[in-house]
Amino acid sequence: MNNPLAVIGRFFLAFLATFGRLSIFTGKSVSAIVMPPFYWRLCLQQMMTIGYYSLPVVGMTALFTGAVLALQIYLGSARFGAESAVPNIVVVGLTRELGPVLAGLMLGGRVGAAIAAELGTMKVTEQLDALITLQTNPFRYLVVPRLVAATITTPILVLIADIIGVMGGYLVGIHRLGFNSTVYLKNTFDFMETMDVASGLVKAAVFGFLIALMGCYHGFNSKGGAQGVGRATTDAVVSSLILILIANYFVTEAFFSQ
Amino acid sequence: MTDTPRLELIDVHKSFGTKVVLDGLNLSLAKGESVVVIGGSGTGKSVMLKCILGLLQPDQGQIRIDGEDTVDLRGAARERVLTKFGMLFQSAALFDSLTVWENVAFGLIEGAGMEREQARAIAIDKLSKVGMGEDMAEADPAGLSGGMRKRVGLARAIATEPDIIFFDEPTTGLDPIMGDVINNLITECVQDLGATTLTISHDMSSARTIADRVAMLYNGKIIWAGAVDQIDDCDNAFVDQFIHGREEGPFALEVT
Repeated sequence: MNNPLAVIGRFFLAFLATFGRLSIFTGKSVSAIVMPPFYWRLCLQQMMTIGYYSLPVVGMTALFTGAVLALQIYLGSARFGAESAVPNIVVVGLTRELGPVLAGLMLGGRVGAAIAAELGTMKVTEQLDALITLQTNPFRYLVVPRLVAATITTPILVLIADIIGVMGGYLVGIHRLGFNSTVYLKNTFDFMETMDVASGLVKAAVFGFLIALMGCYHGFNSKGGAQGVGRATTDAVVSSLILILIANYFVTEAFFSQ
Repeated sequence: MTDTPRLELIDVHKSFGTKVVLDGLNLSLAKGESVVVIGGSGTGKSVMLKCILGLLQPDQGQIRIDGEDTVDLRGAARERVLTKFGMLFQSAALFDSLTVWENVAFGLIEGAGMEREQARAIAIDKLSKVGMGEDMAEADPAGLSGGMRKRVGLARAIATEPDIIFFDEPTTGLDPIMGDVINNLITECVQDLGATTLTISHDMSSARTIADRVAMLYNGKIIWAGAVDQIDDCDNAFVDQFIHGREEGPFALEVT
């Protein structure tokens, strides 16, 4: 029987149950951050895994995004003679939006999937149970280092992505669109404001937290062997990407609404 | 004879939705005693272990460790009780991100706060007790055979010299010779420590080697318990069918 009201009701109840589980998981994770012991070594390991090893993919994304942005803005603005605005729009677009969002989406795919797969495998092979029997809180040992590392390293990655992205735009501006190098750089730095960069970095920290949280949550709740781990990985990536886009709107509202 | 049991389960109930898994389970282990719980697949043996370890919350009943009811313990109180436990998981549950010695020393370093060098020395000693040399200490657990993983798991279970050790299907997935090696290692290690042990197993050869006492779990209850040398003479039809691995018997009747 596919009574539409029953279907909507079941969907709503499932949504509430998931929301409740995620809220409890988030509460436990955040409270574990402030409770000793703190595993510094694991946190540094995660910073390397999440941050350093993500540099190539984030850098490449930023470089070509900056390049194509300059090209598109030039072609569009040429219709009403505003080609000189290219450096200004590239730097604002990258620092406010494209840098943090694209880096977040790339990290959501790379890091969120890796965390969910690792923790999901640990769950189905009883390694999480083993941690508990060895008097080690899995939230402090596994979740906190990943949350802290992702929240700290994502803004650093985005800052680097901003620089590389602007450089991508600069290279296209100089070598393809015929801009003067000095003028291009002067326009870039004159137009950029601290708030442009700061808002992007705050977004990045929020995105990093969400990516690690979704990876850990779905990993911890995986079940049913290899298929379950695969499902957890997919769910972690999809949910983190959606949450990044939703959070992006609200952080933008918080920073720039009049 | 009024000694407090080391471990006591009193009227323990556990259900998942409408499926009743434990239905008034009673079991008691004296200090230094080795009990093996046998029973078919899905009879609740693993759920019983998880309830004792605090990984699952029983719906009703008491689980007493040295006389203290542990069912509602949380946080530091639960961790204090866990210091009394060692556990060998069915799949060994070794941490892939750590070396063999770090796995063995995990409870000492993270649980007891011991320095790494001191913990490493103890880990090497425990590995030698399960027949593994120092050359294996830096090995990656992912590269070990099933028997080796069980040995490392056993070394980890005894590393903190716990009062109570749990063995979840210790010989499952091993060939008969390696199974016998593991059984003998368990017996030797436990005798050295004087620990109380609770094992769940399908393997009657393992039960006969390890156990002082055998209990049979069926439909969420212990339906028979007795000394290991009484098991062949018991008049319980379920036990008789199980230990002889016969197709005909009360289990088969229920299946049809």
